[in-house]
Amino acid sequence: MARITLDGIAHSYGPRPSVPDDYALKPLHLEWKQGLAYALLGPSGCGKTTLLNIISGLVQPSAGRLLFDGQDVTDWSTERRNIAQVFQFPVIYDTMTVGGNLAFPLNNRRLPRMQVQARVAETAAMLGLTDVLDRPARGMSADAKQKISLGRGLVRQDVAAVLFDEPLTVIDPGLTWELRSKLKAVHRALDLLMISVTHDQTEALTFADEVVVMNGGRVLQVGTPAELFERPDHTFVGHFIGSPGMNLLPAAVEGARARVDGHELALPGHYAKLGGRVQVGVRPDFVRLTAGPGLPVQIERVDDLGRLRLARVRLGDHPLVATVPPGVPIDGVEARLAIDPSRMHVYVDDVRVEPE
Amino acid sequence: MSARRVVLAVYLLALSLPIYWLINMSFKTNTEITSGVTLWPHEPTLANYHRIFTDPSWYMGYVNSLSYVVINTVLSLACALPAAYAFSRYRFLGDKHLFFWLLSNRMAPPAVFALPFFNLYSAVGLFDTPWAIALAHCLFNVPLAVWILEGFMSGVPREIDETAAIDGYSFPRFFLRIFVPLIANGIGVAAFFCFMFSWVELLLARTLTTVNAKPIAAIMTRTISASGMDWGLLAAAGVLTLVPGALVIWFVRNHIAKGFALGRV
Amino acid sequence: MRAHDNRAWLLVLPVFVVVLFSAVLPLMTVVNYSVQDSFGNNQFFWNGMGWFRELLDPSSELGGRFLAALVRNLAFSAMILAIEVPLGILVALCMPRRGWRLAVTLVVMALPLLVPWNVVGTIWQVFARADIGLFGAAVNGAGIDYNYAGEPVAAWVTVVLMDVWHWTSLVALLCYAGLRAIPDAYYQAAKVDGASRWAVFRHIELPKLRRVLVIAVLLRFIDSFMIYTEPFVVTGGGPGNSTTFLSIDLVKLALGQFDLGKAAAMSLVYNLITLLVCWVFFTTLTQIDARREGAA
Repeated sequence: MARITLDGIAHSYGPRPSVPDDYALKPLHLEWKQGLAYALLGPSGCGKTTLLNIISGLVQPSAGRLLFDGQDVTDWSTERRNIAQVFQFPVIYDTMTVGGNLAFPLNNRRLPRMQVQARVAETAAMLGLTDVLDRPARGMSADAKQKISLGRGLVRQDVAAVLFDEPLTVIDPGLTWELRSKLKAVHRALDLLMISVTHDQTEALTFADEVVVMNGGRVLQVGTPAELFERPDHTFVGHFIGSPGMNLLPAAVEGARARVDGHELALPGHYAKLGGRVQVGVRPDFVRLTAGPGLPVQIERVDDLGRLRLARVRLGDHPLVATVPPGVPIDGVEARLAIDPSRMHVYVDDVRVEPE
Repeated sequence: MSARRVVLAVYLLALSLPIYWLINMSFKTNTEITSGVTLWPHEPTLANYHRIFTDPSWYMGYVNSLSYVVINTVLSLACALPAAYAFSRYRFLGDKHLFFWLLSNRMAPPAVFALPFFNLYSAVGLFDTPWAIALAHCLFNVPLAVWILEGFMSGVPREIDETAAIDGYSFPRFFLRIFVPLIANGIGVAAFFCFMFSWVELLLARTLTTVNAKPIAAIMTRTISASGMDWGLLAAAGVLTLVPGALVIWFVRNHIAKGFALGRV
Repeated sequence: MRAHDNRAWLLVLPVFVVVLFSAVLPLMTVVNYSVQDSFGNNQFFWNGMGWFRELLDPSSELGGRFLAALVRNLAFSAMILAIEVPLGILVALCMPRRGWRLAVTLVVMALPLLVPWNVVGTIWQVFARADIGLFGAAVNGAGIDYNYAGEPVAAWVTVVLMDVWHWTSLVALLCYAGLRAIPDAYYQAAKVDGASRWAVFRHIELPKLRRVLVIAVLLRFIDSFMIYTEPFVVTGGGPGNSTTFLSIDLVKLALGQFDLGKAAAMSLVYNLITLLVCWVFFTTLTQIDARREGAA
């Protein structure tokens, strides 16, 4: 399948939604292409699992259409859509062997036995399960069980897309790397469309070609990890991505300069007159403590993380996080900040505004 | 979807019909009952209920029954709570055997104990008092309560006990103020089952009483008068025995539903 | 993970004392009676294994009676299990998951369980009669001769039907609890895998119900094996002794005829059988638990 389109999809769990707050998923429009890995990233309750379940058919959307390659599949059953889904909690059929588990979806579709066996062998080889095919699935470890779940999804040749709902949550941290590499290998080999739900930004940024950041039932930004890092379209994205997140300061913007509490900051371009709540944002990576001239701040605390030092400072009333480059001394409470103007962004009512 | 609803509806109807029939009969006169099968009382009467509410030899039966059931429930829970805690939290000498022996008492045929109890409670002078029945019913209710409570207690993480100990709580205080509220649903389920099994039991209740503490069940089994079975009266007495049970289930319905959802069976 | 501490016995002491008082002491008197004979007037003399030999000899009066009652009990238990277990599972599968419908269903289902057992007997005593009962009248009206006081077959049908009415809800409620414990993810995965309703039942629901079903079968078998009140009220053990189950016969011996020795011997053998069955089930249950814990 070449692409998945979500056209005006919205969902409410209540019977008669009227105000936007009734909707767990506000109306959105997305297009996803085959062969890419997408991550749905956001905090708990942001609607990402709902969105995933709408794509797989476990939930019927209250509004909007779902299209696979231009075909309207909104009313199609889960089985008909031919997608695979791996859940947070490893789901295996206790009564069957590993091989039996892998064969299950094919047996349900009544495929001939030889074909089933061939597919099971192929899938097991891809996932490293060949040695345990005859063992009861019940006694396997959690990461093996997740591989089996994944295998059940991949065993169908014509599977349209593979969906993951926080699949690494129950896996021991030491084993997540192995499972993640397997996923990437499978992805490259089969050129599938993969969509993964997660609340862990590291997982999202390493797994995905493009990340969909969500909050409060809304899609805030879709972009590559680099785009999200360098040009967050929403203050939430700036704050959620990156550790620590973006600094945000309320400001008054005039032309190419912003005023924060009487201090002036240079902006990367000239801005038109702005109404609404205005903030400027800049990542700590581009805010440096400097020995030379700069904005005067008070240092509250310095965190030494080994490879870098982070200073928590105050500009007037506003807290900021800044990097301390090696070689810059810290003496006393007073210090000066240098901010790279090309890295500053302006947000009006939480949404980024481009310069003219 | 609708096949499920139909099956359920048929089942619930089949369950309700005999009870409806009893209620139906309780509002009829004996003449109407014996003259044929009518689906609802053509000549409704409250005489049967009136008789029960005004005749001490009848209503005392309910009072007696309720008293030993309540005593038994309280007693069973009081014994079972510490014991269930021990089974849930500790391993000790003979614990598996003790647990099995307890459960096997739940499975003991009351008929086997009818005669020995008769002798025993006569010997200690508790014969014909609610205490005799309350204690006798402990035979099967205490193991049941221990079993149910142990299940719920095992669902409470041990860290809570340890934290309380670190915070300086003495064991009784910890148990009453912290632990018990956490297993409130379990206590509700256990109390419900103790109440139920004590309320419904007849053999021991009848064997251990003659005049003073006679439970309603025993009184009902002697309603043959000179003019034949007093069906209306019997039906009314029967309906009234349903009331405590219906009330209890109505009040604990949420606890039971939540207890089921915990999946701890 | 559980600490080993023998002081836990202090916590268990109240239960131990209560059960000692209500189980061990009476059983000791029973053992005492079982090896003695008496001429009445409280004069006892040693009889050794006499009663037991008579009990286990089918050709003797006592033995024959015991065997007949035992066979009746086993047949009865088999019948009610064969009906109540599948029916209970079916009802559990049909029960709603939440909401007011669930509350109503729970209340209606619990009602038969809360009826005093003699009232259960009374209800069916009336309900199954042709002259004053809806069921009896309906069946006879449909052309089938049905009189539980006169024909053994009708008596058995009534008693079995009564037990099914009385106790299926317990099986259903236990199964329902077991079903609710299955996480949603299993059903979702089955949907994604394209499993039919039957496959979902066979591969997801039934395996998860194993533990609950063992408990349900144990409870129903033991309780039906001990049954006394309900059949006693409806048929009194008749017609003849076609519905005289072990408990009924035992009570007749002990409290009716005051045949202490025979009753005591029968009590002990009766109790031993239930203990044996209990032990088998308990072992099965611990095995299932151990396997579950090993796999988790």
